[in-house]
Amino acid sequence: MASRPQTLYEKIWAAHVVERRDDGTCLIYIDRHLVHEVTSPQAFDGLRLAGRPVRRPDLTLAVPDHNLPTTQRVDAQGHEIPIADPESAAQLDALRRNTAEFGIDYIDANAVQQGIVHVIGPELGFTLPGTTLVCGDSHTSAHGALGALAFGIGTSEVEHVLATQTLLLSPSKTLEVRVDGELGYGVSAKDLILAIVGRLGAAGGTGYVIEFTGSAIRSLSVEGRLTIANMSIEAGARAGLIAPDETTFAYLKGRPMAPTGAAWDEAVAYWRTLPSDAGAVYDKTIVIDAGTIAPGLTWGTSPEDFVAITGVVPDPESFADPAKRIAARKSLDYMGLTPGTPMTEVSVQHVFIGSCTNSRIEDLRAAASIAEGRHVAAGVRALVVPGSGQVKRQAEAEGLDRIFKTAGFEWREPGCSMCLAMNPDKVPPGERCASTSNRNFVGRQGPGARTHLVSPAMAAAAAVTGHLSDVRELMGEIA
Amino acid sequence: MKPVTTVSGTAYPWGAKNVDTDVIIPAHWLKTITRTGLGKGAFETVRAQPGNIFDDPAYAGAPILIAGDNFGCGSSREHAAWALADMGIAAVIAPSFSDIFSGNAFKNGIVTVVVAEDVIERLIEVAKSEPITIDLETMTVTTPYQDRFPFELDAFRRQCLMEGLDEIGLTLARDTQISKFEEAVREHRPWSLKESGYAGIAVEGVGRT
Repeated sequence: MASRPQTLYEKIWAAHVVERRDDGTCLIYIDRHLVHEVTSPQAFDGLRLAGRPVRRPDLTLAVPDHNLPTTQRVDAQGHEIPIADPESAAQLDALRRNTAEFGIDYIDANAVQQGIVHVIGPELGFTLPGTTLVCGDSHTSAHGALGALAFGIGTSEVEHVLATQTLLLSPSKTLEVRVDGELGYGVSAKDLILAIVGRLGAAGGTGYVIEFTGSAIRSLSVEGRLTIANMSIEAGARAGLIAPDETTFAYLKGRPMAPTGAAWDEAVAYWRTLPSDAGAVYDKTIVIDAGTIAPGLTWGTSPEDFVAITGVVPDPESFADPAKRIAARKSLDYMGLTPGTPMTEVSVQHVFIGSCTNSRIEDLRAAASIAEGRHVAAGVRALVVPGSGQVKRQAEAEGLDRIFKTAGFEWREPGCSMCLAMNPDKVPPGERCASTSNRNFVGRQGPGARTHLVSPAMAAAAAVTGHLSDVRELMGEIA
Repeated sequence: MKPVTTVSGTAYPWGAKNVDTDVIIPAHWLKTITRTGLGKGAFETVRAQPGNIFDDPAYAGAPILIAGDNFGCGSSREHAAWALADMGIAAVIAPSFSDIFSGNAFKNGIVTVVVAEDVIERLIEVAKSEPITIDLETMTVTTPYQDRFPFELDAFRRQCLMEGLDEIGLTLARDTQISKFEEAVREHRPWSLKESGYAGIAVEGVGRT
């Protein structure tokens, strides 16, 4: 038993060690495993070949999300419309067959509970504080928002977890990112995490698990926290954690897969012991003043390329690091941008509101508040993709779909959609997209596609003006 | 996994930094349900440029790739490691790797060799005309010019690579320990289990409301 103050990460880690090796690596138990269609087929094949069963189907949940078209999936008679792309169809079919064969709970593409893995996990109460959670997808870090130690794994590790319910891991160092103060008018969780990734750099968190602390983090809703933790991986971090608190408990209470009755009370009592102890030491701390963050976006081809909307396209020659100068020149060339251009003068042809970063009800409300009474600009095609069937249903109950459709946005079925060019939603070569997703790498949204990462409200602002815009100019009077 | 003790041969003298997994293997290749055949898609966007390093006949079939910082950042797609393996790459030398990519590479018998920036520069120079050898026995990278650069590798990974061990089989040998842990969970935090109110939802084919 440790007597010195512990961080949240150390507490969760210690509670999950099955065995510690001499070299410090540990066999870590995995409480929750989310499975989707892209990173699992080869894992199930591996199990089948070796004649191994899934050890804990009860801790495993599968759902299709990456490959699904976001257009109508069921016809007027209620029959499934076949998937046009044969490879996508094969992958989706493989997930259906594999989960049936191995006895794993599977959410069908057309069930209301279907959605992006990192949206449905918290929404269903599958994700819980103090647990370890993995999925074959790097944005699994999102679940850290609820105080779960959650990280992405590759397909071979998916197979390892299916077979043994464990992973052999080395402990990470801890990085505290403390955000003090309050976010300003028109500044959202997305702007904050973009700024944090900009500050840390794409590899600033490599080897670390980040814990987000501070008053600005505490003030965020669970959905805001999910946006923050989601992009921890973009700074290279293994995972991102936010200590659970009353906000977290209120969010989880009553969700279908959350504990109930006496078990709920026991769980909450345990969860209250999880936050980092006073005096706990992190390997590194950075402090950010929330008040200094403006609504912003990425200008280049790395999530670390952050600039405030009031800023200009940077001059590659202004970077101190010669390697960064070279990279910036290449980025600007790919992005078709000229140094010194005000960001607000950059026009867009596409707007994507969706992805595991920003597709929950609060994100849709924020975008709708900008879209209402306005119209998508000529030459712009704008998509809104709710993160799950439940988000979609709630949005429709609130009339958000009517606001979007009246304003000329397309209202779609849940899925990963335009975040990555794996389903029919792609950005054509040379065209520019303001996107609420998490990566702006070369070719991410399609070969030659140019991506600017933004918040949902900023995306809606770009849609109605036709260019990257300062959302604060489109917002109502300050209350 | 096949045992690996040395990787020796030509090396792509590339050195590119922050090579993300979308560059290594673009998303449209992720629809495969097998581990093989991805070599065709490896570095697709780089190969679209004329005069790129991967199409240079001098390095065709090279088993080693020399890269810059933060190799393999971005998505967790293990397809990146499969693509490299399928094009014949058995080792990547870089100053740093993304954690997830490093794990995926290891799972597929690809050796990730971490050396300092100045060593990378020297190796790139040599690799333009000479082969390089990575030796897991001596834990060194050597060249025909008597360069000898030591590197480190996690002891367990080194053993698995050199002996061609099946990691899942090794873990299953710890079944008793895993079961003991599971009993402790049932006793000390049963709230995390299905029996404690966790509803579970098998909703196949429910259809939309």
